[in-house]
Amino acid sequence: MTGLAFLIPIALGMGLLGLAAFFWAMRSGQFDDMDGAAHRILIDEDDE
Amino acid sequence: MNASVALPPDHAEDLRDTRFTVPAIRCAGCIAKIERELPKLSGVESARVNFSAKRVAIRHAASLDEGDLTLALRTIGFEAQPVSDNPLARDDADTRMLLRAVAVAGFGMMNIMLLSVSVWSGASGTTRDLFHWLSAIIALPVIGYAGRPFFASALMALRYGRTNMDVPISIGVLLATALSLYETVTSGAHAYFESAVMLLFFLLCGRALDATMRTRTRAGIGALLGRMGKSASVLQPDGSSQRVAAEDLEAGMLVLVAAGEALAADGVIEQGEGAVDNAMLTGESTPQSVSVGSEVHAGAINLFGPVQVRLTAVAGDTALAEIARLMDEAGQSRSLYVRIADRASRLYAPVVHSLAVLAFIGWMLAGAGWHQSLVIAIAVLIITCPCAMGLAVPAAQVVASGALIKRGLLVKDGSALERLAEVDVALFDKTGTLTLGTPRPDISALDEDARSVALGLAQASRHPLSKGLADALRSEGVSAAIVEDIDEQSGQGLTGRWEGMAVSIGRPQTDQDGMASELSVGNRRWTLLFNDPIRGDARQTINRLQSLGIESRILSGDARKAVRLVASELGLFAQAGASPQEKLRLLEELKAAGHNPLMVGDGINDGPALAAAHASIAPSTASDASQQAADAVFIGEKLAPVAFAVTIARKTMKIVRQNFKFAIGYNILAIPLALFGLVTPLIAAIAMSVSSLIVVGNSLRLARAGKDQE
Repeated sequence: MTGLAFLIPIALGMGLLGLAAFFWAMRSGQFDDMDGAAHRILIDEDDE
Repeated sequence: MNASVALPPDHAEDLRDTRFTVPAIRCAGCIAKIERELPKLSGVESARVNFSAKRVAIRHAASLDEGDLTLALRTIGFEAQPVSDNPLARDDADTRMLLRAVAVAGFGMMNIMLLSVSVWSGASGTTRDLFHWLSAIIALPVIGYAGRPFFASALMALRYGRTNMDVPISIGVLLATALSLYETVTSGAHAYFESAVMLLFFLLCGRALDATMRTRTRAGIGALLGRMGKSASVLQPDGSSQRVAAEDLEAGMLVLVAAGEALAADGVIEQGEGAVDNAMLTGESTPQSVSVGSEVHAGAINLFGPVQVRLTAVAGDTALAEIARLMDEAGQSRSLYVRIADRASRLYAPVVHSLAVLAFIGWMLAGAGWHQSLVIAIAVLIITCPCAMGLAVPAAQVVASGALIKRGLLVKDGSALERLAEVDVALFDKTGTLTLGTPRPDISALDEDARSVALGLAQASRHPLSKGLADALRSEGVSAAIVEDIDEQSGQGLTGRWEGMAVSIGRPQTDQDGMASELSVGNRRWTLLFNDPIRGDARQTINRLQSLGIESRILSGDARKAVRLVASELGLFAQAGASPQEKLRLLEELKAAGHNPLMVGDGINDGPALAAAHASIAPSTASDASQQAADAVFIGEKLAPVAFAVTIARKTMKIVRQNFKFAIGYNILAIPLALFGLVTPLIAAIAMSVSSLIVVGNSLRLARAGKDQE
């Protein structure tokens, strides 16, 4: 039973962390340009 | 990779952001080119491409204006249009709100389920009460946040004395929550928090899918919009000029229209001469020559040197605005269309509500006590408005629109797909729809040098013939020669020097039938004949439509002779010389006769017809207004997406009907169980998840249907 006192808050905390991460990602524009991200990986970064 | 989104606001005083829509961004190379080349320009701090929206945000010094930046983009090879505000922002905000609600509901669902499973597997006494309390603490804020879209929509419907899918959902969720709270407080055996939250989660998934589909396709269409004249330089009495927004223009003002600029109002030319491209109004690609005294209309593009225009009609009085009004009125009838999900819920909601009430009364009469009766009534409510219903339509439509985007067709929303599936007559405009709408030259006679010189010259001009020539040469893989001292004379053509020789493209010395121009390199001359070719696969597309039981006709505003030529080549019945009003009337007649017409057109003159038709499709080269009015926009030179759209739309509706049948079959099984009080929260949870998964799986078959069409 005492295990619950630790495990439930941990489970909830991790869930909340995931939720917070998602909200942050949305706010900072990670989902603004999904297709662009797929293309940007192909850009050669070094200038010749 | 996406790190540079937020720009530091330190020295924001003299910096500003301007956003451009650049439809030509197609690959990683384009992103790299714009983001690397633009900042090399002095005054530009950074450029950021949004590939999905086909936009570029440029942070630059206040000393640069929109014109400079447009020019800068053009010199690196991109046609760009400044966008003042973002008409899609609201839609975007709705989608974000829904995604957040999905995340919150998902979080709540997982945690409550964790606690519920423990209760189901035998937790009792204090542990069970503790878990119920924890569930309540998580569920209440989650339902309050994630349920808002449903509660708001249900309230709206009730306020107008109607009912929709959201009414039974809201009642079910609220009652289940209230009862679960009561159970929790009185240490009861069952709480239904997980059912309520799971219902919200699955339904929100359906909504979010629907909204994502809309924003994705609208971003594509939005990128193509925005070519109309939004402001004009007004000449002051003292000779200076001032930029005035289109809505602030007044009749009688004298405006200066530069080469390449679109007119923002109707007027009469007072000084200067040249040609205007009226394609936006009429769909006609041949430039129209104008001189002092000629009437010009808003939306026309001035092709050559500057002209001064005395405005005669502005804002709401222009020929363009008149057509826009017609379109608005014609579009009203379409808003009466009831989507299939709402039609289903109109039949469904009363049945669900009365069943729940009957269950309550029945069990009360049977002497079960009000508590048990209420539990059973709620079980009926929850189990009969399954997520399968909420997911049946959007899941299928999202998969279908994804398949269509890959084939070059952007569908604006789900209701467009539903209407496309019902069409039985197709009406095609000629210029720009059955034909490409841009003049294409016959370049077979040119040798390699002549081709590259021609491209070197033609790409410097905005004249439709030059553009057509450049497109044709580029599609043959010709690379441009370096031509120096290029000069464009209004109405005469282009001259330049190449390897010391005088080269030119211009009006032919002998009169030709139709559109022609003459290319000269040194002493050698070629005459290039232009025509407006029929789209390569027009015939196959019309045959495909025929095999779907859709009869095609031509409905064009062009002259009879030109229309007859195309009609006989394609073997279609044609009506020529139709004004926008006549097109509209013909569509109304077809509708009155019980047909569901599909209109495919591009010009503004097709706008009212596009808005009035049961469903409509426009090519991406169409005028802005036509793209707004159409349900779908197809990209590229092929007409095939039109037939493909109808095929996929019909398949989608077949899947949607299957989904509904499944949802109803599930109810026929589940309702008796619920009525007899046999549904525990565990059964409800399993039934809900399984039915949702089946519906989504069934809808995913559409993605394969898209590939089979090859």
